[in-house]
Amino acid sequence: MPGVEGFIYPNELELQWSVLIVLYPFITGLVAGAFILASLERVFNVEAVKPTYRLALLTALAFLLVAPLPLQLHLGHPERSLEMYLTPHTQSAMAMFGFVYLWYLMVVLVLEIWLDYRRDIVLRWRASSGLVKHLYGAMALWSDDISDAALSLDDRIGRALTVIGIPSAFLLHGYVGFIFGSIKANPWWSTPLMPIVFLFSAIVSGIACILLLYFVTCWFRRVAVDMACVDTIAKYLYYAFIVDFSLEMLDLIHRLYEADESFRALDFMVKTRLFTSQIVLQIIVGTLVPLGLLAATQLVALREQTRRVLYVIAGSLTLIGIFAMRWNVVIGGQLFSKSFLGYTSYKMQFATREGLLPAIVLMILPFVILWVLIRLLPPWGHDDRASRTRPRP
Amino acid sequence: MDQDRRTFLGQTGRLLVLTASAGVAWEHVLAGRPEEAPNYRATDHWWAMSIDIETCIGCGNCVRACKTENDVPREPQTFRTWVERYTVDPADLEHPKVESPDGGYGGFHELEVRNPDLKSFFVPKLCNHCAHSPCVQVCPVGATFESQDGVVLVDREYCLGCSYCIQACPYGCRFIDPRTHTVDKCNFCYHRITRGLTTACCETCPTGTRVLADLKDPKDPIHAFLRDHKVQVLKPQMATGSKVFYNGLDGSVR
Repeated sequence: MPGVEGFIYPNELELQWSVLIVLYPFITGLVAGAFILASLERVFNVEAVKPTYRLALLTALAFLLVAPLPLQLHLGHPERSLEMYLTPHTQSAMAMFGFVYLWYLMVVLVLEIWLDYRRDIVLRWRASSGLVKHLYGAMALWSDDISDAALSLDDRIGRALTVIGIPSAFLLHGYVGFIFGSIKANPWWSTPLMPIVFLFSAIVSGIACILLLYFVTCWFRRVAVDMACVDTIAKYLYYAFIVDFSLEMLDLIHRLYEADESFRALDFMVKTRLFTSQIVLQIIVGTLVPLGLLAATQLVALREQTRRVLYVIAGSLTLIGIFAMRWNVVIGGQLFSKSFLGYTSYKMQFATREGLLPAIVLMILPFVILWVLIRLLPPWGHDDRASRTRPRP
Repeated sequence: MDQDRRTFLGQTGRLLVLTASAGVAWEHVLAGRPEEAPNYRATDHWWAMSIDIETCIGCGNCVRACKTENDVPREPQTFRTWVERYTVDPADLEHPKVESPDGGYGGFHELEVRNPDLKSFFVPKLCNHCAHSPCVQVCPVGATFESQDGVVLVDREYCLGCSYCIQACPYGCRFIDPRTHTVDKCNFCYHRITRGLTTACCETCPTGTRVLADLKDPKDPIHAFLRDHKVQVLKPQMATGSKVFYNGLDGSVR
C-alpha cells in the first residue's frame, strides 16, 4: 500500500485527525498564553507590560472565537455537536472540554474585557450617532453609569475575574493536553506530562504572539516601541521557554532511557518521518535558536535596534516551533501503528474540508476578528484611565 | 341495513386489530434491539467470543461473511473483522512478520519460503467488546456504549464522527463509515444474537475457530473452553476487560 511501511492494522490506513486538529491546540494555546500575559499586569502589577494588556485580551478573544471552528469542520456530523452540551458524556475529556471552553469564553474573557472597556464603550455610545450608537449602546447593555463608584466596582470585579481567570487559562490548555495525554492506547500521547507540557508551550506561544503583534501594531500606528515593555515580555518568554523546553526534554529523555515496547517504533519515526518537523523545526529552529537569541539579549548589552530585531526573529521562530510541536503531537501520534510494527503517512490535501486551504483561512480569521475588535474597542490611549481608577496596593 | 353496518364495522375492526398485531409482531421479528424483541432479555446474557488460533486456517470466510451481513464497505479498506498471518522466529518474538492482505478477505497465499525454523499462524481479530472500554469512556456524547448484555454498540443517529473513540481503541477495531460519516465497528451481529442466532463470522467458520459465547449461560461451552485451555486476551496490559478470548495466542501477537 502506498505510504505504508511494515504492518499496520487494516483500519489504520486513514489518518483520523488532520491539520485542523493541529490548529486546535495551537489556537487554544495562543489564547491561554495571551491571557496569562495580560493577567501579569492586572494581578501582579507588572507595569512594564501594560501597553500590551488590552491587546492581549482582545487577541485571546479573537483566537478563542475561532478555536471551535477547526473541530466543527472536522466532525462527520457538525450539526450534532450541540449534543456535547445537551447530553454530555461526563467521563469524556472531550465533552467536558466544551464546558471549560464556555466557562472561559463567557465568564472569564468576555466579562473581563467588558468590564475593562465599559467606560470606553459608554463614552463612545454617547459620542456616536446612528447605527454605531445603537451598537455601542447594546455593547454597554444600555447602562451608562460610569461614575467613579461604578468604575471602581468594575475594577474590583475585573481584578477578581483575572484571579479566577489565571487558573481557568491553565485549565483551558492543560485540559487540551489531557485530551491527548489520557489516551492509553497511544504511547506517543499517553503521559501525565502532556497537560503541563501543553500548558507551558501555550504560555510560550501566547507571549511570542503578543510580542509580535505589539511590534506590528506599533509599526501600523507609527508609534515608538516601548522598549521597557518588549524587554520585559522577552524576559518572560525566555523564562517560560526554559521551563517548557526542560519539560519536553524530560519527556524525551525519559522515553529514551526507559525504551519500553513502543520505543523502537517511536524512535524510528522521529528519525525518519518526523525528523524535519520534530528535530529540525521544533527542537533546533523553533526552540534552540530562539532560546539562544533570547539568552543573548539577557546576557549581553545590545543596542535597542538589535534587540528589536532579535525579539522579532525569536518570536517568529518560537511560533513556528510551537506549531511544529502541535503537529508532531497530533499528526506524529497517528503515523505509527498501534501494533508498533509499521507506519502510515499523512497526505495533506488542499481545497478539501480538512485540507490546507481551510487551515490557512482559519489561521487568518482570528487576525480579521482582532482587526474588527481593535476598530470597535481600541486597546490604546487608556493609560490615564488605568492610573486614575485602578486602586494601587 | 343496521345488521350489515354492524357486520361491516365488526369485520373492519377485526381486520385492523389483526393487521396491527401482525405488523407489531413482524417488527419484533425484524428487530435488532432487545426492547423490540420481546423474547430477548438483555440482562440474561453477557456476550463474549472464543477464538482458537490452533484451528484457524486463514480462509477469510469470516471476513467475507461479516462484510456481506453487515454491509461493511469494500472501499476504502475498513473491517469489522479481519485476519492477520504471523510468521515468527521463535527466538525473536519482538520482530514478527505480519500481513493481512485486504484484511484476509480473499484468504492468504501460501508462504513463499517454508522455513521449518519459523512458526506461522493466523489471528482473527474483531472488536474485543471490552467491559471497561476506552472507546466508550472517551465518546463525548455517549453515542458508543456498553449494552446490558456486554456488547459495545454505536448509535449512528447520535455519533458526531469526531474519531476520538478510534484514537482510544488499542486494537484498531474502529473506522469511519464513509457513507454515514459515523464510526462503525463489530457489534457481534447484534441483530442476529438477539434473535437467537450466532454471528455471521461464527456461522461461516469452517473449523469452529470462532465461537460466540454467553458467559451468563452456565451451559455454554465457553466455561469448559476457558477452564481447559491456556487462554489469553489481546494486549492484557491495557486492562480493558476484553471479552474475546484466544487459545494459543503467541507472545508475538500485537
